[in-house]
Amino acid sequence: MTLTLGHFLSLGAMLFALSVIGIFLNRKNLIILLMAIELMLLAVNMNFVAFSYYLGDMRGQIFVFFILTVAAAESAIGLAILVQLFRNKSNINVDELNTLKG
Amino acid sequence: MDLKAGLFYVFSAVLLFAAFRVVTARNPVHAALYLVLSFFQAAMIWMLLKAEFLAIALVLVYVGAVMVLFLFVVMMLDINIDSVRKGFWRHMPLAGTIGVLIALEMAAVLMGGFRVSEAPKPIVVLAQSAGQVSNTRDLGVLLYSEYVLPVQIAAVILLVAIIAAIALTLRERKDSKHIGASEQIRVRSGDRVRLVKLDPTRPAEPPAPAPAPGSPETKP
Repeated sequence: MTLTLGHFLSLGAMLFALSVIGIFLNRKNLIILLMAIELMLLAVNMNFVAFSYYLGDMRGQIFVFFILTVAAAESAIGLAILVQLFRNKSNINVDELNTLKG
Repeated sequence: MDLKAGLFYVFSAVLLFAAFRVVTARNPVHAALYLVLSFFQAAMIWMLLKAEFLAIALVLVYVGAVMVLFLFVVMMLDINIDSVRKGFWRHMPLAGTIGVLIALEMAAVLMGGFRVSEAPKPIVVLAQSAGQVSNTRDLGVLLYSEYVLPVQIAAVILLVAIIAAIALTLRERKDSKHIGASEQIRVRSGDRVRLVKLDPTRPAEPPAPAPAPGSPETKP
């Protein structure tokens, strides 16, 4: 039994499903939500690398490169916002973030 | 089952277990450490897919920088875990249903009707050097020839992220003994010392007539 593209894509799908479950479960903890988003991006990157290998096209890996860049920027800004939030409200409970509700 | 398939199954099992622990761990520090483990397993799987540069970049950039940033933030925040974990398993039926649905549907489509079972094609970037240059060199050739503008846009995105993160978290300390040099230079003597004209000697005021002690009893 040899590895096919479907194996890697199924692994990516399972990883994505796990992170969706994580987003549902951790509805209150903002930092675990950020980690679940990182896992989602990892699943998508897995699909890109698998396609790049099986179709013989380097551009998939280039795209992974840019996704990593954007994900790093996103997590840096997200954590900065989280720190500011904790300074102002002294907790990171998502349920209490309703001051923008009009 | 050859060695590569065996390694794939081992790495996938550890990856899925670590991802599950990330979303269910009670302590956020444990969640961050399991996230490090899952990224490492993903890097190993990318090694199996002959994406060496991206695997090493994932370990160095993600595990080395972003996950350490996560760990710093997790340890800096003092989170009350009990209030956050309240009602944690309440959403489990809905979440499990949706997750299993996503995984099953995608697996059914991918394993059933998406047969790409032929051997992987070799990557050809430069026509004259097929199959004998490294993955890093292939990536570099494409990045700096065809994708120069996206590289610069990515650099701008990173710069904006740096500026935004610093601007969000920078704050003035109220109790610091900071000295503003420009304000010191611009100061004039009139702002610091105020000269007040006073008479050198002042005539002493006549003392108020103090009632003699013991007199009120004897007067009326």
